[in-house]
Amino acid sequence: MAATDVDVFSNEEKRNLSLGGHVGFDSLPEQLVSKSVTQGFCFNILCVGETGIGKSTLMNTLFNTMFENEEASHYQNGVYLRPRTYDLQETNVRLKLTIVDTVGFGDQINKEDSYKPIVDYIDTQFENYLQEELKIKRSLFNYHDTRIHICLYFIAPTGHSLKSLDLVTMKKLDSKVNIIPIIAKADTISKSELHKFKIKIMSELVSNGVQIYQFPTDDETVSEINASMNAHLPFAVVGSVEEVKVGNKAVRARQYPWGVVQVENESHCDFVKLREMLIRVNMEDLREQTHARHYELYRRCKLEEMGFKDTDPDSEPFSLQETYEAKRKEFLGDLQRKEEEMRQMFVNKVKETEAELKDKERELHEKFEQLKRMHQEEKKKVEDKRGYLEEEMNAFNKRKAAAETLSLSQPVKKDKDKKNRSVNMENQSGVSASSSKVMMAKANVEPLNCQSWWQAIQCCTCLVHNATWRPGGLF
Amino acid sequence: FTCKANVLITTHHAHRFTGANFKCCIYCWVTDEEKQYVGFATLPNQVHRKSVKKGFDFTLMVAGESGMGKSTLVNSLFLTDLYKDRKLLNAEERINQTVEIIKHTVDIEEKGVKLKLTIVDTPGFGDAVNNNECWKPITDYIDQQFEQYFRDESGLNRKNIQDNRVHCCLYFIPPFGHGLRPVDVEFMKALHEKVNIIPLIAKADCLTPNEIKKLKDRIREEIDKFGIKVYQFPECDSDEDEEFKQLDKELKECTPFAVIGSNTVVEARGQRVRGRLYPWGIVEVENQSHCDFVKLRNMLIRSHMHDLKDVTCDVHYENYRAQCIQEMTSKLAQDNRMESPIPILPLSTPDVDTEKLIKMKDEELKRMQEMLNKMQQQMHDKEQ
Repeated sequence: MAATDVDVFSNEEKRNLSLGGHVGFDSLPEQLVSKSVTQGFCFNILCVGETGIGKSTLMNTLFNTMFENEEASHYQNGVYLRPRTYDLQETNVRLKLTIVDTVGFGDQINKEDSYKPIVDYIDTQFENYLQEELKIKRSLFNYHDTRIHICLYFIAPTGHSLKSLDLVTMKKLDSKVNIIPIIAKADTISKSELHKFKIKIMSELVSNGVQIYQFPTDDETVSEINASMNAHLPFAVVGSVEEVKVGNKAVRARQYPWGVVQVENESHCDFVKLREMLIRVNMEDLREQTHARHYELYRRCKLEEMGFKDTDPDSEPFSLQETYEAKRKEFLGDLQRKEEEMRQMFVNKVKETEAELKDKERELHEKFEQLKRMHQEEKKKVEDKRGYLEEEMNAFNKRKAAAETLSLSQPVKKDKDKKNRSVNMENQSGVSASSSKVMMAKANVEPLNCQSWWQAIQCCTCLVHNATWRPGGLF
Repeated sequence: FTCKANVLITTHHAHRFTGANFKCCIYCWVTDEEKQYVGFATLPNQVHRKSVKKGFDFTLMVAGESGMGKSTLVNSLFLTDLYKDRKLLNAEERINQTVEIIKHTVDIEEKGVKLKLTIVDTPGFGDAVNNNECWKPITDYIDQQFEQYFRDESGLNRKNIQDNRVHCCLYFIPPFGHGLRPVDVEFMKALHEKVNIIPLIAKADCLTPNEIKKLKDRIREEIDKFGIKVYQFPECDSDEDEEFKQLDKELKECTPFAVIGSNTVVEARGQRVRGRLYPWGIVEVENQSHCDFVKLRNMLIRSHMHDLKDVTCDVHYENYRAQCIQEMTSKLAQDNRMESPIPILPLSTPDVDTEKLIKMKDEELKRMQEMLNKMQQQMHDKEQ
């Protein structure tokens, strides 16, 4: 049911009324406070600094608790963010504290991409919150806010100036998160060096346009202390969880052979200042700034990317919902098209490969056939040759036999041997065919110890001359 | 004291080189015990005298990220101010900084002994965002000096060879981490076979004694693990006395030295000393319980300076020279092979087509040869 139009008379003049008695709405802040106390608070700190610079120790010192932490190694491949959530309680105030550590920062030889995981992490937390905000059924009340409220950037105490990596990283982070730069392990810088160092750092930050967090000076109650603290940036801190006896008290300190550095001594380091500013005075402001400035910036950029615009006085007001739906349809259509394309490509590829395989198969077959044929041919040739050779052998043998008988029976039967040129027999005494048979028989019975067939024939002839023989018998 | 020849002995003509039994100087030949002797026991004195006349030279390289206190330490070591008008770069200028090599040479003299000290500085090392191979200019410089010396040594006129070889490299490890970082490991591995590396823990006044011990153990472990060959102190002779041996042992166990440097003089315990003034105390650079500066100075200057030079000449330079000569001879061998009986073909690799053609022609030749053989055989057979 649509609301009926109501005539609104905007009264430009606002009147201040004075109250006749005590109404009681001055308890509103208390109501707000008790509500938030029951709800509990949530705070997220990001610590960025090189390995071993003292991030975990400082967190332990700040919150006076031992958060478990193993020593990190210097040999990580890249930068990883490691968030840990703790539930703390002080009097009746509950705090859900998330500390995000950068593991491996500054260790790589090539640090050009070191800032990327950090920026991605911050953006992801913003994105999660944005998603929750855009939901139809949302419960921001219960939502565990993981957006980073403060980034503590740990500067190495070289005494000269910022490192190039520090400058590059802070420039990438200053529009996404509140940055408070601190000088770590400050017990290695003497007072005069510290003064120069701080001035140099701040001038470098200013000249490069890096926007660090300024403690707010608009609230009169805290403006004075905040303003003076702003002048002390960056804070030079020393962290320690060990206690050393100084005087008759045990204080958190670091014991050196030349003296004792007390963490909570303001003339030794700025730890107390940091704690005041970070936790005791401006924690709520940090959360507000994160939500009102950094998150809003992110949200605006993101939505502009998606195609939303603010309401123009000339055009119809865009409904977030409608635009969202339209964009969604568009994306789905795109997705479907892409799917189709990919499927088509896949089918084509399969066809191609099949055709190729078929071709290859055919080729192989042909080759095989060809080889088979060749093989057959070769075989035939060899067989032919073989036959030929055998023929030759036979012929040779025949001729040999013929030549032998001829040489044995008749001395002058060279004409018969005309054919047998290869078997060149020089025996003049030919032996007749019949007698040669007898000769052969005899030769077979009596082994002749002759070296060559020529000798054999000679012996046979001797035998013939010597032996007396009669037809039909042999002695 | 006056020796037997009634010549006043100053430390110039020191007697300590001749050993415990002799106390003689270059003027007198008489010993304490009036023994009969030949006299070559004065050789050490002669060496001493000649070397004093000649003077010494030493080249020291310092490497490490900026802000590690290298310049301060060098000033503290040699008690001079070498870096008077130095200009330091901003962080922005350092993003793409390349490593430079800067030499400072000073002539200093102490008790008649002249030393030409060259400090090779490496500004820009490890300062850029992308430090890939940032040690290359340094290794190139060291190689250049070796090459220069090699050339001079092989030359005809060897009278006045200038020795610019780097004798020692002090590498400054930041104390803020848990041990060696990848860039430290890569740098030392690139240089450990070219120069004597002495790793130091810089700015040690940010570590308590326990932390120093832990860090030293960790670094020693990692140096072993990665196979880095740092400079080893030579073993002391077996005939040295126990005290000396004990000191030597302590020295070796103390590596890597944790050092602190200072350009300022402060008042501590009634004396004026080099130190750093803090609200909680005064760090004295020369106090052995505060840091290892004294050990480093003694080792580097008072006892092992010459050994560092010897190791550079005998080990690192010889390695370089052998490698150089080997490369030259292998190149020559290659060139010799090229001059075979076949006339020199163009050295460029023939492209694939001509190779194929050559192969085909080869095969044809072979086939024809075979056919020829076969025919010859057949003819031979037929003739038979």
